[in-house]
Amino acid sequence: MIAIMKRELSAYFKSPIGYVFIAVTFLFSGFFFWFFTLSVGNTDVTYVFLGMFYVYMIFVPVLTMRLMADENKQRTDQLLLTAPVGLMRLVTGKFLSAYIVFMLGDVVMLTYGIVLSFCAEVNWAVIFGNFVALALIGAVFVSAGLFVSSLTESQMVAAVGSIALNVALALINVIASVIPVKFISDVISSISIFDRYHGFTTGIFSISSIVFFISVTVVFLFITVRILERRRWA
Amino acid sequence: MIEVRNLTKSYGSKKAVNNISFTAEDGQVLGFLGPNGAGKSTTMNILTGYISSTEGQAFINGVDILEDPIKAKSFIGYLPEQPPLYYDMTVDEYLDFVYSLKKCRMPKKSHLNEICEIVKLGDVRKRLIKNLSKGYKQRVGFAQALVGNPKVLILDEPTVGLDPKQIIEIRTLIKRLGKNHTVILSSHILPEIQAVCDRIVVINKGRIVANDNADTLARNLSADHKLVLHIEGSSEEIKKLLSSVTDVERVFVGRQVDERVWEYHVEAKEGADVRRDLFRKLAARNYPILMMRSNELSLEEVFLKLTTGDEYGGAEKLESQYDMLEKGGDNQ
Repeated sequence: MIAIMKRELSAYFKSPIGYVFIAVTFLFSGFFFWFFTLSVGNTDVTYVFLGMFYVYMIFVPVLTMRLMADENKQRTDQLLLTAPVGLMRLVTGKFLSAYIVFMLGDVVMLTYGIVLSFCAEVNWAVIFGNFVALALIGAVFVSAGLFVSSLTESQMVAAVGSIALNVALALINVIASVIPVKFISDVISSISIFDRYHGFTTGIFSISSIVFFISVTVVFLFITVRILERRRWA
Repeated sequence: MIEVRNLTKSYGSKKAVNNISFTAEDGQVLGFLGPNGAGKSTTMNILTGYISSTEGQAFINGVDILEDPIKAKSFIGYLPEQPPLYYDMTVDEYLDFVYSLKKCRMPKKSHLNEICEIVKLGDVRKRLIKNLSKGYKQRVGFAQALVGNPKVLILDEPTVGLDPKQIIEIRTLIKRLGKNHTVILSSHILPEIQAVCDRIVVINKGRIVANDNADTLARNLSADHKLVLHIEGSSEEIKKLLSSVTDVERVFVGRQVDERVWEYHVEAKEGADVRRDLFRKLAARNYPILMMRSNELSLEEVFLKLTTGDEYGGAEKLESQYDMLEKGGDNQ
């Protein structure tokens, strides 16, 4: 697991992908920070984080598209799958590597809070709430991207597919609002990641939401393992 | 030790591997011989746990690859048909990665040095795999299989794409490794298998057509009593003349090689050596022999022989064999 994680991490920073992803994160979050708080004299960072939610929805797939698709294409999966390593460890190693790169970009968001604290009184609960929410959302996006990547040999297909999946995950609450049957719409909105994300941004740490995001991540990792396993039986 | 019992792999209704069983003992090099698409790679992929079998079992050192895959895999070093290399790593980084991936527990530096020594990678260890030549990439793949000193080595066409010098090196290496490992290697080149292996399993269309010691199989397949000649002169008369030599059983006239020169296939009684008699008869009638060689079996002929038990069934078959031989010649 550690070996795979290390290899993937070094691969991120040998190719431009790691740097590009972090640069894009810094660029957008910096821009949102300036646009939503500094330029209008506001200390509410919720919109900065919300902006990043959409940026990650599109850009995390760039980070994850390579993970399994490239192995499938280069036939290096033969090395990984014939090595004495469990599939869950393999998948977790891959997930962690992408997640670490994601967090390297994400961590910068905390510094905005520090910058603000010099100018005015800030509500740290809200900042931390937003930060944790974004970190959890990132885990969901990374695991979803890893899952889609394991389905294909093409990085392009993986990227486009995971963007579509992320958008679908984020927009599930829209579907819920147009369904007339209350029971079904309740069920759908309870699995909406956006609604749960929104709860955090008001500074409320909900255990059930934390468990929810972690569960969704684990489910995607688990399906990825099953996909790898299934290929053996095909 | 590797034991395979009634292994079958189906893709839909097509059986890529059909009910095969064989055993490779410790310290044995087992050659897996078959044309492209015979099921060699499929079998190897099953043995290494990359894909699963539809039916049957495979045991690596007594461990069922489906029951306890992680333990079984820890005994295996696998070189797939296309070496599984990460092009963005240097040779050293790659072997380092494989070392930790396989969870090896031996002194890393000396172990990797030893492997690089064995496969002669010394001078490229700091280079990116991307920039290596095909032969070196193959060696890196080989080195990867050797990491952790596994008891069982499974090598899928390890000499494909190498130059003749490298092929000889790799064969010598396999022979050397065969002394204290169980080695399975596949190939579609008969002489290669003969040169390296103790035991040969011939596979065609997913079925085993022969499974024997290399020596026995070679003797059965040897064709010393079959000769190919190029002789100048009238083909009708020469054919009659050749047929009249003692011990000659059958004569076929093959293609025309040159003006007034035909190719002849002479089949004598098993074990009989008719070369001197042929020379004397032809010399007496002043028909110059331009070429004479014993007819080494091509892989296609081996299959024909093993599957039909007959090589020269008739002129038509011969005709079709020419087609095959010519195609086979292009392939190799």
